Amino acid sequence: MKFSQEFEQRFADMLTHYPTKRSALVPTLLYAQDEAGALTDEVIVELAQRLDLTELEVRNVISYYSMLTTKPRGKYNVQVCTNIACMLRGGEELLNHCQKKLGIGHKGTTQDGLFSLEEVECIGACSWAPAVQVNYDFHENLTVDKMDQVLDEYKKKGTM
Amino acid sequence: MPVREGGGSYPGDGVKRMADVNLTVDGKKLTAPAGTLLIEACKSVGIEVPSFCYYPGLSLQGACRMCVVKIEKMPKLQTACTTVVTEGMVVATDNDEVRQARKAMVELLLGNHPLDCPVCDAGGECELQDMTFSYGASESKFMEAKNHREEQQWSPVVYFDRPRCILCYRCVRVCGEGMDVWALGVQNRGVSSIIAPNQDDHLECEECGMCIDICPVGALTSGAYRYKTRPWEMNHVGTVCTHCGDGCKTTLGVRRCDTGMEIVRGDNRDKSGINNDFLCIKGRYAFDFAHSEERIMQPLIRKSGKLMPSTWEEAFELIGKRFAEVRDKDGGLAIGVVGSTRTTNEENYLLSKFARVVLKTNNVDHHRTADFPALAAALHSKPGQTASMRDVLTAPAILLIGNDPTNQHPLLAWQIRTNVRLRRAKLYVINSAPIKLQKQAAGFGLLPAGAEAKAVAFLGGDDSQLDSLVSDGTTREAWTALRDKIRAEQNLVIAFGSELRAQDIQTLVSVSSSLSGAKLICLGDYANSRGAADMGLYPDLLPGYQPVSEGGRFQQDWGALPAEKGLSLPEMVDAAKAGKLKALYVVGSNPIGRLGIDPFTFSKSLVVVQDMFLTETATIADVVLPAANSYEKSGTFTNTCGDLQLVKKAGEVTGTKPDFEMIVRIADAMGFDVRSLVPFGGGTHADMGQTRGAQSGEADRHAVWLEAHNLEPKMTPFDPMAILDEIQRVVAGYDVSRTNLLAGADQHIEIAHCGVGASHKPELIVPANDDLFSSGTLGRYSHTLNSVYENKPAESEIAAD
Amino acid sequence: MASLVSHPDEVRVISKRFGQGATDIDRYLQLDGYKAVQKALSMQPDAIINEVKNSGLRGRGGAGFSTGMKWSFVPKQSAKPKYVLCNGDESEPGTCKDRLIFEHDPHSVIEGVMIAAIAVQSHTGYIYIRGEYRYLSVIMQKAIKDAYAKGFLGKNIFGSGYDLDIYWHGGAGAYEVGEESALMESLEGKRGVPRIRPPFPAVVGLWGGPTVINNAETLAAVPHIILGGAEWYAGLGTPKNGGTRLFCLSGNLNKPGVYELPMGYNLKKMIYEVGGGIPNGRGLKAVVPGGSSTPVLLPEEIDIPMDFDSVGKAGSMLGSGGVVVLDDTTCIVNFALRTIKFYQHESCGWCIPCREGTDWLKKTLTRFHAGAGLKKDIDNIYYLSENMLGKTFCPLGDAAAMPTMAFVKKFRKEFEDHLDGKPCPFEKAADRIPAMA
Ligand SMILES: Cc1cc2nc3c(=O)[nH]c(=O)nc-3n(C[C@H](O)[C@H](O)[C@H](O)COP(=O)(O)O)c2cc1C
Ligand code: SF4
Ligand code: FES
Repeated sequence: MKFSQEFEQRFADMLTHYPTKRSALVPTLLYAQDEAGALTDEVIVELAQRLDLTELEVRNVISYYSMLTTKPRGKYNVQVCTNIACMLRGGEELLNHCQKKLGIGHKGTTQDGLFSLEEVECIGACSWAPAVQVNYDFHENLTVDKMDQVLDEYKKKGTM
Repeated sequence: MPVREGGGSYPGDGVKRMADVNLTVDGKKLTAPAGTLLIEACKSVGIEVPSFCYYPGLSLQGACRMCVVKIEKMPKLQTACTTVVTEGMVVATDNDEVRQARKAMVELLLGNHPLDCPVCDAGGECELQDMTFSYGASESKFMEAKNHREEQQWSPVVYFDRPRCILCYRCVRVCGEGMDVWALGVQNRGVSSIIAPNQDDHLECEECGMCIDICPVGALTSGAYRYKTRPWEMNHVGTVCTHCGDGCKTTLGVRRCDTGMEIVRGDNRDKSGINNDFLCIKGRYAFDFAHSEERIMQPLIRKSGKLMPSTWEEAFELIGKRFAEVRDKDGGLAIGVVGSTRTTNEENYLLSKFARVVLKTNNVDHHRTADFPALAAALHSKPGQTASMRDVLTAPAILLIGNDPTNQHPLLAWQIRTNVRLRRAKLYVINSAPIKLQKQAAGFGLLPAGAEAKAVAFLGGDDSQLDSLVSDGTTREAWTALRDKIRAEQNLVIAFGSELRAQDIQTLVSVSSSLSGAKLICLGDYANSRGAADMGLYPDLLPGYQPVSEGGRFQQDWGALPAEKGLSLPEMVDAAKAGKLKALYVVGSNPIGRLGIDPFTFSKSLVVVQDMFLTETATIADVVLPAANSYEKSGTFTNTCGDLQLVKKAGEVTGTKPDFEMIVRIADAMGFDVRSLVPFGGGTHADMGQTRGAQSGEADRHAVWLEAHNLEPKMTPFDPMAILDEIQRVVAGYDVSRTNLLAGADQHIEIAHCGVGASHKPELIVPANDDLFSSGTLGRYSHTLNSVYENKPAESEIAAD
Repeated sequence: MASLVSHPDEVRVISKRFGQGATDIDRYLQLDGYKAVQKALSMQPDAIINEVKNSGLRGRGGAGFSTGMKWSFVPKQSAKPKYVLCNGDESEPGTCKDRLIFEHDPHSVIEGVMIAAIAVQSHTGYIYIRGEYRYLSVIMQKAIKDAYAKGFLGKNIFGSGYDLDIYWHGGAGAYEVGEESALMESLEGKRGVPRIRPPFPAVVGLWGGPTVINNAETLAAVPHIILGGAEWYAGLGTPKNGGTRLFCLSGNLNKPGVYELPMGYNLKKMIYEVGGGIPNGRGLKAVVPGGSSTPVLLPEEIDIPMDFDSVGKAGSMLGSGGVVVLDDTTCIVNFALRTIKFYQHESCGWCIPCREGTDWLKKTLTRFHAGAGLKKDIDNIYYLSENMLGKTFCPLGDAAAMPTMAFVKKFRKEFEDHLDGKPCPFEKAADRIPAMA
């Protein structure tokens, strides 16, 4: 299992931060997922071994956190918040629009692997609702039109 | 300070035993030691607080919320399972508020729980059923569809039905905390939470089945038992497991079948034995050899080279005649007797007596797996120096030399783990290989192969051994530090394997005598290995390790005995090769299969074998008698620690007979007066009315008593209880309370300290080398053990990490 | 990047450096940065605790517990190391304030953690930031690095002889991990399932050591208290509710945004003046005053001071400062459903009442909102919530039950209007078929 230099640096660093190795698990999983696209069996075996855990323990943890996934998502994971503040300002309409536009449903991925869609819980953008996160980037105060622009830009970026 | 997951803490942990605390529960005043959980304090005065997730000895969860109670001055209901008693606490466990909360909990659980009780294995034994009955929902408030999932098979013995799971996490904890296997986890979250096995869709584990037993509902079920019967249709018989030397009590569920009585389940839910709720895979499932299709159901006699079915009469007549002929013509020396490590004490005693008194030979032996005689000799005149299996659970410190209890003595391993976990006992391990129990050890010394005896000498102060102990894993300094720690322990329990024999044991006993309160356990391999030794299945020792040269009280009781020591098993082999051993009588043993003896050795001898199966030894026999196993008869077993327990008859297979009866019948066929072999019906040793019809009326009372205890109240020479009277009278150490024994309590027996005399022949000890999934010859006929073996990856060892 | 707003009524303490480039450590120093911690180093630990106690600072994470009091529970002597933990898991719907602090003034959080550490004599702190806030983690990691580079962290900080390490830690998507003991589990690399209490974190927390855990905003307020003095800070708010707090105004408002207002600021004023009132000439239907777990208030109930005690008296809670405003086109049943969907999704699943209760509430409300509700469902929804309340393993169950009970109680008529196959009386009900599994 090969990770980037940056990952290795961060991982080595992180281990010095805690009295137990296992403590590094949650953030490490997210960074590993960012590199590998998903927490594949291979990643799980590797991290379990590095942190002196059983694979089962690692899987127990992965399955708890909603950002962690064992199956690859699209290159751009469009996460539409429909929680109360966003809902009051059109979050659900935004989600419906994305579903139609991308032709996929909740947790679906487009055929070309470019986009996946997820309805998510509050992402901490309530005062700038409705909001969407694409991967880690926030897009706020959205309307259906602005959403189209956002998606188009990613499409351009992704097919360049 | 309860914390979940490994290394967590447990009830009362770290709480110093301070003054008792006074509290009031439901108006009752009670006193409990500080640190006691409220739920336990209530239990101590007979107030049952319901719970699903609370389980004594496992870490606290507070998850099911069934145990809520009202505590004065607390605004919210509190969970009794996580609340520690405090002075002046006033508690209500059953008021309206509490009942409503529990009712709601049950309603919520049932909302998503399949109501398939009529076909559920747990029906009738289900804690959710019981809880519904107590607090239950009369009207269902929910109308949505229930979540459904197909049942999964996780291993040959473990099935999981997810919708039935109520997430009490008992299975996860017993597997991790109790077994130190950690094969079960919790995955997902919220209502999608699920118990998950360690290998995706199946389990890789020790297959102990503890998870099944501990499951309060029918979510985890046993491949061996599921859909076979309803709990109330079974008879439940508490007896002793017949596999390893630890002597777990097991409750067998029995029902009628075509061939008699069939055992369908083994468990220990009533926690009444030395093993509390523990059973390993063998105890829980491997009773199934009893129903193997390969069982012999008829006596066989070799006719023109072939074993042919015969009648019992013909077989006994033939054996009686031929044995008598050999004895009278060639003398007792021409007859060899091999006893069993899986027959009862009564049978072993009877066989020992039969050999000496009827066959007039001291050529008696058995498959020795530990040097009990050496221990008996070393402990001569030092009473009180052996530990019971219960002692292992409470000792402040334990030293383990040799052996791998996880594989060879699963109960011992459980006791050690539990003690370390709940009482912070110190475990020291000295072994020539890494073993799994190392994880619990406060000190570990890794030896070069075969250096166990040297380690013992070193412990005794012989520093010249130090160089030969040093290994990659343990330095000189580490050995010295380890010795210092061990020597500083009070009330240490020392358990040692068959690596130590003869003189080494002598040395170990002197080490142990120099420590304050130390006690010993000698680890032998089979269910009644210790009993075989205690009952004198030796060529030079009578029961109680009495040297044959000093027949002592046996001479008085049994009459004239041969005084010359007899032949050991290898010597019998030599004698057979030399044509001097004319007859060999093998009871419940497979020396050819287990000890690597050339099958042609006995081709010129008359070989009589009593067994369940056509073992390697039975196939060369002239007469084979189909035997009942220990689940099919009554008597007693002595476990490797010396804990005496009652064996009760659970099953029955028509066409077989207990070894006890067969020995008596052979004696009878030889024209021997069986009354002097088995003191039945004579009334000579009446005690508490338990002996055969002593005074008038005694017999009836005795019969009623026995009947009530499932003990075959037969007034016949085949009743082993008659011999138990004699054993208790003449075998040193066995004079324990009969009432306690019959009531199902285990009783520790001191290894008889009757003096030197055991032949110190270490080479005669051959460890069984069984692991968790094998059990000598028996194991080969267990469908469960075989199917688990087939399912294991190539290296079937459980990693010793 | 979240945009900033302003209003004349604002009293800028925590938000003082917002938009000032204070992520840069030198800029932060220019703006009085790291002065408070140096002052704290010269104070007796007990004096720091007293100062914080007297300031009337109460936890901004939701429960409003006195911060100084919490610190005073940490034992002076401890065999195990003590820890300070900053809770930056911010996930309560309606709340988006910690985000701004991390984005604009990360050093103030670091400084707050440092002062807390000195006050309880701990030498290690962690700043836990939710996984979704990746860009804030980058900012925070850099800020910590810069502080180390200046010798503000590590061995012998500010030449005082005191050693103090602070580390960043990240989550991976789980609301429940914001609960203090679940957060510790998460930091220890486990599933975010809360712990049994007692013992409380102040006595047995991270890795078994005594632990102070505070919300990011709470900690960010601490340096200002040490510099400005307890009396000044307390004077900003109302009795027993010292200082200011960040209110996150969201929902149907003309000027939503995060505003720093004194404790006790009038809620009605907050909505109509600070938040600019309801758009499109619509009427006010209800207000969720402190994040989605707080019981909804009716228009006639909002003329109250926004402090912990007053909102409590009004039958709700100040919570995490998330003020969500609902206009009169909002379907309360749908709003209740969306709220419960959140708690159902985020329940850790540990205890029966929360795991099963939230799921049943979600199922029943879904059916109800889709028009297949029965009259008895209304009572059942209330019954169910009532039976969860106070009986769950951690307060998440309460967080689901409390608002639901308030919705049913205060809007029973609206629930009844959904009965008997009637379509949702509010527009676009058909679109509101839940998409989330
Ligand atoms: C379900 C649940 C979620 C919570 N989420 C958060 C959170 O995201 N951020 C936070 O600061 N506190 C949260 N809390 C409150 C914390 O448990 C804790 O009270 C708080 O961090 C203490 O800090 P304070 O005293 O400064 O408020 C949550 C509580 C519960 C029960
Ligand atoms: S058993 Fe108790 S018993 Fe379990 S929570 Fe339930 S809460 Fe306790
Ligand atoms: S509700 Fe959508 S970001 Fe808060």
